[in-house]
Amino acid sequence: MLKEKIVRWGRWAPIAALMVAMFALPVYAGDAAASAKALEKLQTNLNIVWTCVAAFLVFFMQAGFAMVEAGFTRAKNSVNIIMKNLMDFSIGSLAFFLIGFGLMFGKSNGLFGTSDFLLSGTLGDGEHWNYTFLIFQTVFAGTAATIVSGAMAGRTKFKAYLVYSTFICALIYPIFGSWAWGGLLNGGGWLENLKTPFCDFAGSTVVHSIGGWLALAGAIVLGPRIGKYDKSGNSQAIPGHNINLAALGVFILWFGWFGFNPGSTTVGNGEIGRVAVTTNLAAAAGAIAAMITSWMMFKKPDVSMALNGALAGLVSITAPSYTVTPFGSIWIGLIGGILVVLSVVFIDKVLKIDDPVGAVSVHGVCGAWGTLSCGLFNAEKVLGIGETNGGLFYGGGFSQLVSQFIGVGAGFLWAFITGLILFNLIKTTIGIRVTPEEELRGLDISEHGMEAYAGFQIFTNE
Amino acid sequence: MKLIVAMIQPHKLPDVKKELFNAEIHKMTVTNVLGCGQQRGYSETYRGVMHEVNLLKKVRLEIAVNEDFVDATIKALIKGAKTGNIGDGKIFVLDILRCLRIRTGEEGEDAIG
Repeated sequence: MLKEKIVRWGRWAPIAALMVAMFALPVYAGDAAASAKALEKLQTNLNIVWTCVAAFLVFFMQAGFAMVEAGFTRAKNSVNIIMKNLMDFSIGSLAFFLIGFGLMFGKSNGLFGTSDFLLSGTLGDGEHWNYTFLIFQTVFAGTAATIVSGAMAGRTKFKAYLVYSTFICALIYPIFGSWAWGGLLNGGGWLENLKTPFCDFAGSTVVHSIGGWLALAGAIVLGPRIGKYDKSGNSQAIPGHNINLAALGVFILWFGWFGFNPGSTTVGNGEIGRVAVTTNLAAAAGAIAAMITSWMMFKKPDVSMALNGALAGLVSITAPSYTVTPFGSIWIGLIGGILVVLSVVFIDKVLKIDDPVGAVSVHGVCGAWGTLSCGLFNAEKVLGIGETNGGLFYGGGFSQLVSQFIGVGAGFLWAFITGLILFNLIKTTIGIRVTPEEELRGLDISEHGMEAYAGFQIFTNE
Repeated sequence: MKLIVAMIQPHKLPDVKKELFNAEIHKMTVTNVLGCGQQRGYSETYRGVMHEVNLLKKVRLEIAVNEDFVDATIKALIKGAKTGNIGDGKIFVLDILRCLRIRTGEEGEDAIG
């Protein structure tokens, strides 16, 4: 009896199995597609998290710049330095959001963008990424803007500086940025469309050199601080009032640079570690090289030069950080550290341009070196991220180096010439420099009516 | 033996030092002081509250000299510190009763050098 029942029902088994399979298969395939999509979403969100964290680190660099500049200048101007730093980021943030972002990343005509102002038009599809991208790029623009306050410290009219802050983040920085980075969003500039694309991973030229050459223009138009050069033109020392603050600033900048360089991958994966390693090695090499160079030149290791050297290493590695080997990054930082010491002395004693914090040397000169070093040290094939090595030292020939020269030259001409025009315009309209009495008394009291060190007796003999 | 005390504007210190060195006067003591004379103060604001500051930063020099150096010192001080504006400062000449050099124990005019 039982045997008959099993045989009768058993006949259905293959058909039943087929039906079960029919229903199960689509569900299984659907799971695969759904999980792929979920993974993709997860990666996108990871990218957003990483980019945002990096953006917040770069924002913290504003504190670094403020402390470096306050430490390297005199106590009687501290309030003014802080105000300038606070304002160039604040005004820069707004100016970049309203005007600059669109110019830099909107649909481009090759020279500048013409859409995406106020982020309009980029919302909707992929809108989370666009907000993240905006905040990331804003803090980079703020970094470029704040470089200039150091070179113009101690004698600049506050109003003049506010005007400058608007123009750099609204026009000067974004237009050059669109040439090199526009393709990161909706644009596309001529530098990134060269036969061998201009390589500037995190902005040695786009951010630092632009800021550095603008600083040079400002320092030239302003003229030196009273008492900086005596009647025969010899440079006089005007020591910074707080080397501790300056050192704190440099450490904060070094910390923030781990957002600046690794963050520019804008992807949450293993490359972050590699870029962090190249960044750190260059900073360390730069600090040591600058210390040794200043030790040899001045008979004693100069801490202010060593601090500048760390920054020089960081600025230098900014462009090549993604595409060079760790060994290459040591060389790049080392040469940056030597260069910065020589450049500070050259600009101060030979060109006789007063740069209180060495901004032109650290950001302009070393930014240019770092950008050029891509043409020498790029090793994409060695690193497994490209098909050939771009750098001359790795068999890549001269084409990358040529593109780098073009970019560095374009950056210098753009920033320096627009800077001269802007600062001279300010000079002839609202005036750029304070009166000698105001300068001697200190900008804190004359421009802001308060002191940074109320209750302290600041020893001023100048 | 006279002690010459001068209050000068802080930013004139480098010029005054140069004039003194030119007149072969190298020994001095310099301190930071606050003071006022005919120069009026200025006002500062802190978070909306005004306050008058009328003790201004000055630099005080003390130079001990023998009689024959007094006039040269005063002339050098004035040459270095004068700007023609109110607030240039003042010079006081005081008598020194005794003067000793700690290292050697010399006394009197020799001690001043």
